[in-house]
Amino acid sequence: MIPEIGHFALILALLVAIMLGSFPIIGAARGNAVWMGFARPLAHVHFYLIAFSFICLAYAFAAMDYSVAYVANNSNSQLPLQFRIAAVWGGHEGSLLLWALILSIWTVAVSLFSKHIPDDMRARILGVMGLVSVGFLLFMLMASNPFERLIPAVLDGRDLNPLLQDPGMIFHPPMLYMGYVGFSVAFAFAIAALLGGQLDAAWARWSRPWTTLAWVFLTLGIMLGSNWAYYELGWGGWWFWDAVENASFMPWLVGTALIHSLAVTEKRGSFKAWTVLLAICAFSLSLLGTFLVRSGIITSVHAFATDPRRGVFILAFLVIVIGGSLALFAWRAPAIGRGGKFNVVSRESFLLANNVLLAVAALSVLIGTLYPLFLDALGFGKISVGPPYFDAVFAPLMAPALFLMGIGPIARWKNASLPELAKRLRWAFGISIATAIILPLILGNLTPMIGLGLFLAFWIIVTTVYMVSQRLRDSDQALLTRIKAVPRSWWGMVIAHLGIAVFTIGVTIVKGFESEIAVRMVPGDVAHLAGFDFTFEGVKEITGPNYSASKGQLRVTKNGVERTVLSSEKRLYTVTNMPMTEAGISPAFIHDLYASLGEPLSDGAWSVRIYHKPMVEWIWFGCIMMGFGGLLALSDKRYRIKKRAKNLAEINLSKVES
Amino acid sequence: MFRLIVACFMMQVTCVWAEEAQPLQADLAVEMQVQRLSEELRCLVCQNQTLADSHSDLALDLKREVREMATKGMTDEAIVDYLVARYGDFVRYRPALKSSTVLLWFGPFALLLAGGIGLFIQLRRRQAMTTDEPLSAEEARKVDELLDKES
Repeated sequence: MIPEIGHFALILALLVAIMLGSFPIIGAARGNAVWMGFARPLAHVHFYLIAFSFICLAYAFAAMDYSVAYVANNSNSQLPLQFRIAAVWGGHEGSLLLWALILSIWTVAVSLFSKHIPDDMRARILGVMGLVSVGFLLFMLMASNPFERLIPAVLDGRDLNPLLQDPGMIFHPPMLYMGYVGFSVAFAFAIAALLGGQLDAAWARWSRPWTTLAWVFLTLGIMLGSNWAYYELGWGGWWFWDAVENASFMPWLVGTALIHSLAVTEKRGSFKAWTVLLAICAFSLSLLGTFLVRSGIITSVHAFATDPRRGVFILAFLVIVIGGSLALFAWRAPAIGRGGKFNVVSRESFLLANNVLLAVAALSVLIGTLYPLFLDALGFGKISVGPPYFDAVFAPLMAPALFLMGIGPIARWKNASLPELAKRLRWAFGISIATAIILPLILGNLTPMIGLGLFLAFWIIVTTVYMVSQRLRDSDQALLTRIKAVPRSWWGMVIAHLGIAVFTIGVTIVKGFESEIAVRMVPGDVAHLAGFDFTFEGVKEITGPNYSASKGQLRVTKNGVERTVLSSEKRLYTVTNMPMTEAGISPAFIHDLYASLGEPLSDGAWSVRIYHKPMVEWIWFGCIMMGFGGLLALSDKRYRIKKRAKNLAEINLSKVES
Repeated sequence: MFRLIVACFMMQVTCVWAEEAQPLQADLAVEMQVQRLSEELRCLVCQNQTLADSHSDLALDLKREVREMATKGMTDEAIVDYLVARYGDFVRYRPALKSSTVLLWFGPFALLLAGGIGLFIQLRRRQAMTTDEPLSAEEARKVDELLDKES
C-alpha cells in the first residue's frame, strides 16, 4: 500500500509542477499579481509531495518490500540498514527521484530567500524550476517508475552492487546532486532574466550566491567521489576519466567559468550574454550528465536501443530544454547591452580568456566522452577513449589557464599595462621557476611535467601572496583590522585559488614520485618500499553482515620503530558472489601508505601490493579549500541584504525615537 | 639444554622475521613495461577499467599474455598492434589516429583555436568601442535600490 501512496504523491507532484510551471510565468507576462503569488505556495506543496514520495520509497527499502521491483533489484535482507537507505539512490529510478527531491529543495530555498527580488522575476524563476521538474516527474512516471510492483514478489532482493556498499555511497551522491541540480537555479535565473528582459547587475548579484553554493556542493561532491574511488577500488587511483566522472566534471568546468563571468557582470556590467550562455550550458551539461550516467547508454549503445521509450524521452527532453533555452537566448541576446569598454590588456580580458579555456576544456571532455558512442552508433566500430587521451588533451588546455590565474586577480579592471604587470610579477615568476627546478632536483626526479606542474602551483601561490601583501599594506591600522576590512568574498577567492595550487602540487607530486611493489608474502616476510619495512602478519578469516573476508595485516616500521598497521581485506559478497578489495591505508600530510591484499598463492603465501603515495591527500585538501573559499565568499555581507536593510530600519527608528 | 632449545627457537623466529618478500615477477624491466602497457589497455569484460586496475580473470589472462610478449622482447608498439589485431581498437585506451578519429584528436585544439580567434575579435571590438557603457550612476542607484528593497 505504501508504494502506491508514494506513486500517487508523485502523480500529484507532477500536477503541482505543471501548475508551478505555468501560472506564475503567465502571471508575470500579464502582470497578474494573484497568479504570480501562486509560485511560493506551489513550490512548498511540490516539495512536500516529492519528499513524501521519497520517504515512501525509503520505507519500502527499510521494510524490505521485495514486491517493489526497484527495491528487489537494489537491496537484500542481509544489507545493513544504512546501505538499504542509501540504496534508494543506488539505481536509475531512485536516483531520478533523488534528483527531483533535490530540485524541489532548491526551489523551496529560492522561494524562501528571494524576498528582495521583484515579484515578476521571482515568479518566473520558480516557474522555470517547476518546468524542469515537470520533465523529470513525467520521465519517472512514464518510463522509470521506482514504485513499479513485481508480481509475484521475490523472497529476497538481488542486493546492492558491493562497490556501492560503502559510507561514500551515503554522502557522495546527494552532495553531487546538490551541485548538479543547484545549477538549475542559475539556469532559472538566466531564463527568467531573458523572459523578462531584466539582465542587469542586480540580476547578476542575485544569481551569484546561488551559483557559488551549487559550485561548492559540486566541488565537494566530486572530491568525495574521487576519495571514495581512491580507497574503494584497491589500487590507489583517484581519477579515471570515466564517463560517470566526466559527467560531473563538465558542469564543474563550466560552472567555474560561470562564477567568474558572473563576477564581471556584477562589477562591470560586461559579459552579460556570455554569462547567460554559460548558465544555460552548465545546466544543460548537468542534465546531459545525469542522463548519460543513468540511461545506460555509456555501457552500450545497444542497451539504450533495447528500451527505446527511455531513450526517446531523454532525447526529446534534452532537445526541448537545451534547444528551447538556446533559441530563447538567440532571440533575446541582441537586446542585451554590451556593458563597459575594456582594453585588450585588462582584468576583464584575462577573465574572458580563462573562460574560453575552461569552456574549451569542458567541450573536449564532452568530445572524448561522446566520441565512442557516436562512432559505434554510426557503425565505425568500437573504440575506447581513456586516461591517455584525456591527459594528452587536458594538460595543454589547463596549463595556460593556471598561468592566467596568477595574473588575472592582480591586473587592473578596464585597462592594465603589460609592461607594468611584467615588472610587478617578475619576482614571482623568478621564484616560481627556481623553486620548480630546485625542489624536484632535491627530491631526485626532474621531468618536464613535474617542473611544469610545480611551476604553475608555485606561480599561483607566489602571485597570491603578493596580491594579499599589496592589499594589506599602506595602513596604520592593526593587521587584523586590515584583514577584516577586506570583503570576505575576496578572501574566498584567495583561499579557493590557493586550493587549486595545493591540488596541483598533490597531483604533480603523486604522479611524479609514487612508487609501488608487488610481492609474494608468507607470514613473517618483510618487504621494503620508500624507506619503510612492511612485515606481513598473516591473514585471518572474518565474517561481515553480508560478506566473508580474508583480512591481512602488515606492520609498518621505519628504522625499527613501529609506525602503523595496515589491514586490507579481500571480501566476497555472498549474494552477488562478487569479490571486493578493501585497501589498508595510512593517510598522512606527507604521504599515504597503501596496501591491498591480492590472491592467495601456494604454500600459504599471498600476493600483496604496497604503494607509497606522496602528498596524495593534498589533492582532496585542495578541493576542500576551494569549497571553503566558496562558502567564505557566500558569507560576504553584501549578500546578507535582509540583515542590512533591517539594520538600516533600526537606525532610522532609533533616530525617530530620539 | 633448555637454553639451547630456546636459543634455537629464537633464532628460527628471527630467521622467519628476516625473510625477504620475493617480488611476484623477477624481471623488473619487463614488469615496468607490463605496467606501462596495462595502464593503456582496456579490460574487455569490465565496465570501464584498465588492465592495471582490473582483477577479473580475463584481465589477468590478458596481462599474462602481455608479460609473455614483453619477456620475448617485443616493443610496446608490437604488443599493442598484436592485441589490436586480435581484439580490435576497443582494447586500447589511447585511440589510434586515423580518419575516424581525426576529430577526436584535433577537435579540442581546433576548438581552442576557434575560441582564441573569437576572443581576439571580441577584445578588438571592445577596445574599439567609442561609448563606454558600464553601470551609469543612474543604473547603479537603481541596482542599489532594488537590492535594498524589502518586499
